[in-house]
Amino acid sequence: MDSKIKVRIRRTLIEQSIMEVFNIALRGIFIDNMIFAYYLGMCSFLAVSKKVETAFGLGLAVVFVLTLTVPVNWLLQEYVLKEGALTWIDGSFESIDLTFLQFIMFIAVIASMVQLVEMIIEKLSPALYGSLGIFLPLIAVNCAILGSSLFMVQKDYNIIEATSYGFGSGFGFFLAIIALAAIREKLKYSMVPSGLKGLGITMLITGLMGLAFKAFIGIAL
Amino acid sequence: MSAEETVVEKELKVEKKPAEPFLSKRRKNIVTDPLSDDNPITIQVLGICSALAVTVKLEPTLVMSIAVVFVIVFANLIISLMRNLIPGRIRIIVQLAVVATLVTLVSEFLKAYSYDMYKVLGAYVGLIITNCIVMGRLEAFAMANKPYDSILDGLGSGFGYAWIILTVAFFRELLGSGSIFDFKIFEAIGWTTFPTNGLMVDSIGAFVVLGILIWIQRSKSGYVEH
Repeated sequence: MDSKIKVRIRRTLIEQSIMEVFNIALRGIFIDNMIFAYYLGMCSFLAVSKKVETAFGLGLAVVFVLTLTVPVNWLLQEYVLKEGALTWIDGSFESIDLTFLQFIMFIAVIASMVQLVEMIIEKLSPALYGSLGIFLPLIAVNCAILGSSLFMVQKDYNIIEATSYGFGSGFGFFLAIIALAAIREKLKYSMVPSGLKGLGITMLITGLMGLAFKAFIGIAL
Repeated sequence: MSAEETVVEKELKVEKKPAEPFLSKRRKNIVTDPLSDDNPITIQVLGICSALAVTVKLEPTLVMSIAVVFVIVFANLIISLMRNLIPGRIRIIVQLAVVATLVTLVSEFLKAYSYDMYKVLGAYVGLIITNCIVMGRLEAFAMANKPYDSILDGLGSGFGYAWIILTVAFFRELLGSGSIFDFKIFEAIGWTTFPTNGLMVDSIGAFVVLGILIWIQRSKSGYVEH
């Protein structure tokens, strides 16, 4: 009798944590959208959104790299950088705090992961490499990648939640950039004042899109 | 004999050519161009992320501008000093390492002397590393120019960035919170019922204000994107 209740409690706990993982991804996509809520990755968002096809390639590459780098940086933070993280080597390392190395380590991980992903894709799928190729090196300096890693640290996730957060942020970026590219393709045929052409009108449209995304506030599974 | 002499004289003449003045016209242009005609934000579309993220209030924006100017100037100087030593293939990693070191310095400095500001700016200080302006200037200017010119270029781009984000922050704080540097300006002049605009505090306000600013700036400088 007692053990049955325990099993039930454990099952609901597991269910809850699974729901939590999905919720984190959902929040990353719609509510804490990298573009509309944190303005991260704006440079490539504005520069590579002139055509849907190229935007699709960049978006895919971002999802890919984010889903990989956030968990790797989580491991780094948890087992190397955090205060007292090195105790798994020796108990005497308890007082060591390497947090000040965070930026350098994270950016090194991102740059090398991007390089690695590039080589793997080139080997396994030349077709995908052809479409992603030029965007992969650009991603190393995309603020969204470094930003998600830094936010992941602030939010105190475990590794599964961190992975789901990485995927969610990447997918949010993917959705945003494709939507903007589709709008900008249509925009070619409209009369825009010459000073507002290009960047100006794109900023205003992004603002309006952000307003639309505000409608998602509060959704949860 | 005489021919040789003239050659030597010529060489001497070349050597005697006066050094470029400390603030020649070309050098002045390096500083002033990024302020309007070649502005990093409104014309080159670089460094938008942090331009929008920290501009809710003027104070963090000011700190952010100082941090970015510091990082750009010193990164430009260091990379320019090392430009002949860096192998072309790994230059991005070298640049990232230099920038990341400088940003770590800024972040540790803030943590030590202004912890509140450190909390407000949060992850965005770290994101100076991936600020496209910094990388763009290193790649486009510091890799090919002398240290002194690179410092000037860094100052120009830094201030070009700073005045745009300070302007955006001014309007966002004025309309969104009804204050300037946390000083309640409308209450001070007796208008206590000033309707603050929630959209300005939100991300949407940032996009719209920057969009309009770009419009005005481009109309003035006559730059048209195709």
